[in-house]
Amino acid sequence: MQDQEIKEIVLKYVISEYVEDDDQEVTYDTPLISGGIVDSFSMVSLKRFLENKYKISIPDEKASPEAFDSVTKIVKLVKEFI
Amino acid sequence: MGYSDAIRSVYQAQIQEIREAGLLKQERFIHSPQAADIEVEFPSGASVKKAINMCANNYLGLSSHPDVVKAAHAGLDSRGYGMSSVRFICGTQDIHRELEAKMTEFLGTEDTILFPSCMDANCGVFEAVLTNQDVMISDRLVHASIIDGIRLCSAIHDTFKHSNMEHLEEKLQLHADKRLKVVITDGVFSMDGDTALLDRMADLCDKYDAMLFIDESHSSGFIGKTGRGTHEKYGIMGRVDIITTTFGKALGGASGGCVSGRREIVEMCRQKARPYLFSNTIAPVVVSGVLKVLEILSGSTERRDKLENNTAYWRKGLMEAGFVLKEGDTPIVPVMLFNAKLAQDVSRDLFDLGIYAVGFFFPVVPKGQARIRTQISAGHDIHHLDKALDAFIKVGRKYEILGKTKNEIIERYGS
Repeated sequence: MQDQEIKEIVLKYVISEYVEDDDQEVTYDTPLISGGIVDSFSMVSLKRFLENKYKISIPDEKASPEAFDSVTKIVKLVKEFI
Repeated sequence: MGYSDAIRSVYQAQIQEIREAGLLKQERFIHSPQAADIEVEFPSGASVKKAINMCANNYLGLSSHPDVVKAAHAGLDSRGYGMSSVRFICGTQDIHRELEAKMTEFLGTEDTILFPSCMDANCGVFEAVLTNQDVMISDRLVHASIIDGIRLCSAIHDTFKHSNMEHLEEKLQLHADKRLKVVITDGVFSMDGDTALLDRMADLCDKYDAMLFIDESHSSGFIGKTGRGTHEKYGIMGRVDIITTTFGKALGGASGGCVSGRREIVEMCRQKARPYLFSNTIAPVVVSGVLKVLEILSGSTERRDKLENNTAYWRKGLMEAGFVLKEGDTPIVPVMLFNAKLAQDVSRDLFDLGIYAVGFFFPVVPKGQARIRTQISAGHDIHHLDKALDAFIKVGRKYEILGKTKNEIIERYGS
């Protein structure tokens, strides 16, 4: 699967799941956790979404706030396990 | 002494930062019992001033009810002041079990366990009944005490958008493989005054084999036809697995809380919930007062009916005056001002006119959603509400916000 395709799927999920303010712009490199868009609690649904979508298992120690801090970083993490 | 000047300066800088951000909370000293008419010293050192209280959780006006005060006195005389023990050593009296039985009956559940506060109930319950094989799925606007309880629990945690049932269903599907699932919500949301869509939530919980948890702190005693709570309003009594609630609001307003629900869940709390195991329970004097409150409420719906009428009168008056309100039908009626400074200015001007209503702003509510949260009580009479309305209109005129939309207010004052 191409990086770009995964990027688009993850970005679409992040926007529909976490962004409730229509004026907020989120790009592939927008800081998600350090930028306050995704709180550390809500990372769970993102992790489970990725695992279900790509039939992978991301170990808890790899699912750090740093690794989930942007769509680009998330895609890099996912690629390690596909 | 390890508290050096350097350490002191760390805290001084932090406090200064809070002050400069305009977020420093200051207490107002009340020199009278809690009631519709109170005597307030504010700011500290100012002369005491009479005011109408429009922001207490004293929904049923029972905080200083003579029968409740009398029952508390009798309890003090017959059962003493304190227990000097946690429940399971030698801190349980007959009246503690009596109150647990009465709450079970009142809420329509299987069993109840008392906690020192509802904050403690919420902090203790999840850890006591869930493990890391389980999931907690909470509304994104649940109370801070629930969030703290969730943080203390090893089960995974996910959220759904506020009152969005489609989103909740997606989350129940996402976590279908977990051993136990608990859907968590407030019955009445304390900042906005709206109610959870409990009938639909109960149906979803049935469909996906999940338990339903509700915090009824802003509901117990007055929501529903006989005041049993949000589960009565939505016709799902007996279908809620875990209810937490407080005695610190409508039910006498002193202190204490409980977990009420399925028998096994209550027993697990008795065995494992840390605030129950490691802290004294509610003092006998308070237990005696709450027992009287339940007796009053079980005998008549007069107070919750008066509260309902007062709420409708107040909401209609504010609407007709042209304020922007949060929609709802509970006694929590937020007057939206959007800007934090405007909320503080309006609160101060209201106090000058003898109306005590506090401004709420970030971080208590999201940025750009500052407000005066008014709370109606059965202790209010129409003359209280008329006087408060008159003051709100005077202040509303001063700031030229009457009849203005949200966008017009934000355009003028910022968000």
